[in-house]
Amino acid sequence: MVQPDQVKDAIRLVMPDAHVEVEDLTGGGDHLQVKVVSTAFAGLSKVKQHQLVYGALRSELASEAIHALALTTTSPAG
Amino acid sequence: MPARVPLVEFQTDPHFPFPASISMDPNTRQRIESLVASSPVVVFMKGNKLMPQCGFSNNVCQILNALAVPFETFDVLSDPEIRQGIKEFSDWPTIPQVYVQGQFMGGSDILIEMYNSGELLEKITIALA
Repeated sequence: MVQPDQVKDAIRLVMPDAHVEVEDLTGGGDHLQVKVVSTAFAGLSKVKQHQLVYGALRSELASEAIHALALTTTSPAG
Repeated sequence: MPARVPLVEFQTDPHFPFPASISMDPNTRQRIESLVASSPVVVFMKGNKLMPQCGFSNNVCQILNALAVPFETFDVLSDPEIRQGIKEFSDWPTIPQVYVQGQFMGGSDILIEMYNSGELLEKITIALA
């Protein structure tokens, strides 16, 4: 399991401007719904956008500290 | 030799901070390339169409069923080498994974978004044409 702040910090390390929302879907800390808004996503395909986030959370995913991750990525409007 | 499928270009994407692994066994890579090329729509999932073993894999099957498009599935639970290999091949840490015409589309979240926007039906219609 991970703390929501750990997830936010790991993502902001790669995308400093990211606005990150973390929802714990089960209360167990390992099934997470994460929404990320960042200018880093501009012009990237959805696959690449998600890969940026997966890359930021690589060790947490590899260790299964995060077992399931539902992900929404967008760039800021405008 | 199976036809070489186009590798998606993110493996050299400077935005992606970790290089794709090059450790995969060549036989496993070749098997994955064959699987990806075996049908216009291929899903790597846990379980099969009739008995998905994971909610995310089930989502993808439900979407493709709703679009009434033919698709092939591979059960990664039946093969540990493919289960690990497909993650490296796609540079994508989770299952399910969907390929259309040899191109990696994404996992459950992206498929749901593409289904809702109509983009998925468009892509698959073109792939099946």
